[in-house]
Order: sequence, then structure tokens, then C-alpha cells
Amino acid sequence: MSALPQPNPTSSSSQRARRQISDRTILHLFIWPTLILLILINIFPLFYSLYLSFTNYSVISNKPPEWVGFANFIRMLNSEEMWSYFALTGRYALLSVGLQTGIGFGLALLLREKFKASGFLTTLILIPMMLSPVVVGLFWKLIFNPAYGIFNYLIGFTNPAVAPDWLAQPDLALFAIVIVDVWMWTPFVMLLCLSGLSAIPDYLYEAAAIDRASSWFQFWRITLPQVAPLLLIAVLFRTIEAFKAFDVVMGLTGGGPGTATNTVAIEIYRQAFLGQFRTGRASALAYIVLIIIIAVSNLYIRQINRAREG
Amino acid sequence: MATIELQQVEKKFGEAYAVKPMNLTIHDGEFVVLLGPSGCGKTTTLRMISGLETVTDGRILFDGRDVTWLHPSDRDIAFVFQFFALYSHMTARQNIAFPLQAQGESRAVIEQRVNEVARMLRIEHILGQRPGALSGGDQQRVALARALVRRPAAFLMDEPLGALDADFRESMRAEIKQLHIAQHATTIYVTHDQIEAMAMGDRIVVMSDAVVQQIGTPAEVYHNPANLFVARFIGSPGMNLVRGRLADGVIHLPGGNAYPVPEAWLPALQQAVGREGEVIVGFRPEAADIVDDGPLAGRVYAEDLYGGYTMLHLELETDEIIHVRTNRQLILPIDSTARFALDPAMVRFFHPQTEAAIHQEARP
Ligand SMILES: Nc1ncnc2c1ncn2[C@@H]1O[C@H](COP(=O)(O)OP(=O)(O)OP(=O)(O)O)[C@@H](O)[C@H]1O
Ligand SMILES: [Mg+2]
Repeated sequence: MSALPQPNPTSSSSQRARRQISDRTILHLFIWPTLILLILINIFPLFYSLYLSFTNYSVISNKPPEWVGFANFIRMLNSEEMWSYFALTGRYALLSVGLQTGIGFGLALLLREKFKASGFLTTLILIPMMLSPVVVGLFWKLIFNPAYGIFNYLIGFTNPAVAPDWLAQPDLALFAIVIVDVWMWTPFVMLLCLSGLSAIPDYLYEAAAIDRASSWFQFWRITLPQVAPLLLIAVLFRTIEAFKAFDVVMGLTGGGPGTATNTVAIEIYRQAFLGQFRTGRASALAYIVLIIIIAVSNLYIRQINRAREG
Repeated sequence: MATIELQQVEKKFGEAYAVKPMNLTIHDGEFVVLLGPSGCGKTTTLRMISGLETVTDGRILFDGRDVTWLHPSDRDIAFVFQFFALYSHMTARQNIAFPLQAQGESRAVIEQRVNEVARMLRIEHILGQRPGALSGGDQQRVALARALVRRPAAFLMDEPLGALDADFRESMRAEIKQLHIAQHATTIYVTHDQIEAMAMGDRIVVMSDAVVQQIGTPAEVYHNPANLFVARFIGSPGMNLVRGRLADGVIHLPGGNAYPVPEAWLPALQQAVGREGEVIVGFRPEAADIVDDGPLAGRVYAEDLYGGYTMLHLELETDEIIHVRTNRQLILPIDSTARFALDPAMVRFFHPQTEAAIHQEARP
């Protein structure tokens, strides 16, 4: 293409001759920087960590990685502690995704009715989702503070002496994190549901009214099946995120008190960057989490496809 | 089954009228067609009757019971939408069963009733499929089945055949008519196709610009249109309408033609437009015939041969073209002069200003 003089009404011919860069060159210029970054930051670590997960490597020891086969995996899967972290993460995911789905869908149903300032209100509700998780962690720490935080005050504990310390009590810390996650990510579920709801044509409800269906019947037989595909996508995204829960947890409790909020993602971090810096074990754990996420996602996706077809 | 009555029913969207105050009584078991060009307010009227749209003013009665402010589900009517409005996530069977399930009918009853209407509409073989996989005709059959299955007091249909191919419309038209005869249910049917209206309606309500122009049987609106709009709108081609001037008992028509007014009409015409005045003469193409010694003449402009009959386009004068339908096997050369006569029983007269029909005897 570069060899052929092409008529170009927007630039003069002399300029074109000097400046001409072939499409192919442009293509390379755009693709390679991205591709190199991607390979360095994503692809290489992905495969290198897979290799490391079969070694006893530690980044702070000066020894080269030594092949240990499945030892790391076996160790992890046989560790009672590790199972408790998985159970904890599962509980967290269930609570957090369940609440987000329920509240998000509810809000979407409310905001679907057009009223004065409903657009403004929708934008307002979306704000938490746009904040950085680190910022969210930091200021919820202040909100939960038993001495001067506003959270206890709002739920009725006006005396700091008897008020719960959400982040320091083992039985409450997980709920505190769930509350923050729900606060932050419910808008996301709501947004997807809202777009699903607005795609349901009015005439279906008109036909249903003619067919003498009650509002309840319409909800179960029309609204729910029609939004189901999008609702399930929202649930899928949130479940994957919940299994990877790290940033907000780190910001709020760092996994504590003790191991009360030690999700698997935090545990990976602890293995990799605290104490012994067990890089090999951390990599193995990360791969176990990856496999679980892939398995769960596949279950969901099958469900979504079924909802699409009916 | 129900009698439906509209009393001074009107609908405004903002300041604009979609339907101007309208009176209409539909008898039990009657098939009434709302006919009119696009945007004249047919759908709005139907939606007000169904309760999907509120009225701005007026009353709607079902069997004498005021339903003006009742919810659609409390009116016991079925509505067939132009674009089917099937539930896309359900199979045909589930779609048809929906109204019965909504009423909490038992499984056995639902099964039996669905099968019954499916047999009636010959859609048993597609019950397991979803609307997306069905042809337009089959979708409309499913929509009809969903309306029929509940045995409502009245059927409201908004251009149910509008989205179908021309071939198909004709057979579906016959099917719907057949269903009506079998069920004998009060039906209001909206269309902008006058042939459909003529073929199906017991009575036709002709609407234009939010106003009811005429209510009558197909024969009435065809032979005795109430005004120029109905005269033009019904029939294809519509009624020939020729401007003339009444003087001394003769109407002078374009092209130097003189039409002696039939005795019986003269008093009414003179009362309407004066001893001398403008009048519009209307006649259907079949009210004229080509005869060698006919009193009227026009230049042959074009000829359409339909086999069984011939439609002649005659130009009386520049831009004054009329249609004459003749059963005689003749082919006249273009530009030759054709002479024709009018059947006095089939000639109609209209007032040029009010555009209303002039009646032979003064009506009460
Ligand atoms: N929801 C609405 N808001 C505002 N104007 C409307 C609304 N619905 C209908 N109209 C107007 O009312 C008039 C009558 O509309 P209607 O749909 O009843 O016409 P119609 O006879 O059914 O026409 P068509 O043959 O195109 O379906 C139109 O001018 C239309 O623009
Ligand atoms: Mg319409």
C-alpha cells in the first residue's frame, strides 16, 4: 500500500511523501509496546510462577530454585489451616456476593422507575465503585474506629466504651469486611441489573397485564427470567473477585485479628512476602486458587448459557 | 361475551388529540373493525378499551358496567398485539399457558385447554419451540392461541396481520374470521387495510385525524360514504369524485359534459347548494359503463386489463381522471374518446365545502 500513491484530499502530496509511514509500521508501533509489557508483567510471571510452584524457591535465599515435584501442593492441601482459610474465603464470598446481589437487584428495581432526579441518584450510588480500594480501606478504617468512627454511632452505639470494635474483634472483623465490600460493589451489580431491566420491552408487561398476571407473577415469570443472564454475569464477576479478595482486606485488617480475616489471597501474600518468603509455596497456593476460580466460573457460565436459552 | 359501549371517550397527549370525543356501541358477538390511515387514533382507541391507556374524558361500559378506570386485568379482555408481544424466554406452550397459570388453573386444566386451542389453530407441532425460532405466521398463531385460551369476554386485535406477508395475510384473515364465527366472541379489530376491513367486519368504524368519520356495515360505508374522506378511502381505487356545477337541473362537469340530475335528487341538491351552485358528484367505477351512445365522454388515458374486467382511466379534462370499470371485452385505443353512462341509483352527491354527503331525503 505504501508504494502506491493514493489520493488523499486532506494532506498535500509533498508532505505525504516525506511523512509516509506504512500501515504495517504503524501496526507494529502500536502493538509491540503493549505486547512486551503484557509478556513481561503477565505472561512471563504466569509461567515462571507455575515453574516455581514445583520448587522450594525463596526470593530471599541465595539458592537457585530446586525441583520438589508436587510437595508444595500436597503440603498445602494437607494443611488444616489452609482449609480453614478456604472455608473463610468461601463464607466471605457467599455473604458478600449474596448481599450485593440482593441489594443491587433491589436498588435496580427501584431505580428502574423513572422519577425526579433518578438519573442523578443513580450516578451518586455508583461513586463507591469508582474509588480506589486502598482509599476505601483507609477511610472505612476511620469509619469503623470505635472511639470516633461514625459507623457505631449510626447503628446506635453512642457510648464508645461499650461499642463494638469491628476490626479488632475476631467474630466481627469478617462482617466488617463484608460490609465494606457490599458498600463498594453493590453499585456494580445494580448497574448490570439496571441495564438488564431496561432491556425488557414494555409490551411484555402489557401482555402480562392483559393476561391477568399479578405483579408478583410478572416478577417471577417475566422480570427475573429476562434479567437472569445479566444478573448471573454480575454474580460471576463478583464471585471471582471475592475469591481474590485482597486489597480492601489488606487495607482494613491485613488478615487479622489473628487469622480472623485471613482470606486465601492474604495467605498467598503472607507466604510470599512475610517471614520466610516462601515463593514456591505461595506460587502453588496461587495456582490452587486459580483452579478453583476456573472451576466455579465454568459452573456459572454453564448456568448463564442455560438462562440465555431458557 | 360482552357489549362494549364508548360514551364521549377522548384521549389527549399533551394538547394534541389522539382521539376526539367518540361514541360507539359494539353488540355482543359483533366483529367491529376500526379502519383508518396511520396515526388516526385506532391503536389509542383500542388501548383505551383494553385499559392499557387511560381515557382523558368519557366513559367505557362493558355490559353496562363502568370499567373506565379498571385495570386491564379486571376487564376480562384479550389483546393481540401487532408485533405479537410473545414472552421470548418461554416456549410456545408456556406462552399459551401463561394466562391460565396466572389465574392459578390446575395443571390438568391448563394441559387440556392449551392442547385444545393448539389443535384449533393447528400449531401442535410447534408447541415446544420458542418464539424466536418461529415464522411470523406461527408467532401470530401462538399469540392468537394465548388470547383464545382464556375464553375472554372480548377480543381486541391491533393489526394482528400487519407484520405478515401479503399471501399469508389472506389465509390468516380467513382463519381469524372462522374463529370468530366459531367462538362468536365480541371482537374489535384494528387495521389500516380497507380490503381487510371490508372482508372481515360486521361493521366498520372509519377514522381519520382522531375523528370517527362513519360507522356502518361494509356495504353502507362502500355505497353510502358519509363524506369525501370515506368515499376516497374505501375501495381501490376509491370513489370517483368530480367537481361540477348545478344549474337548471343539470350538473356541468369538466370536459364539457352535462349530467342531467335524476328527478328524485333535485330537491335535495337544490336545498343543499342552492338553485345554482357547486356540487361534487361521486360514483364508484362500477357505477359507470362504457356505452356507445353514453351521455358523458372522456379521453382514454390508460387501460388496465384484469382478465375478468377492465379498468379504464378516462381524462375528462386536464388532471381530472376518473376510473370506469367495464365487464365488456373491449380495448379502446389510447387517446380515443370513450362515451359512458352512469347508473342513476349509484350516483352520490357531496357538498363541496362541508365535504359531507347530501342525502336524498332530509334525515331526522
Ligand atoms: N404515548 C403517546 N404519546 C404521545 N403521542 C402519542 C402516543 N401514542 C400515540 N400518540 C399519537 O396519537 C396519534 C394516534 O396514534 P395511534 O397509535 O392511535 O394511531 P394509529 O391509528 O394506531 O396509527 P398506526 O396505523 O400507525 O398504528 C398519533 O399522532 C400518535 O403520534
Ligand atoms: Mg396503531
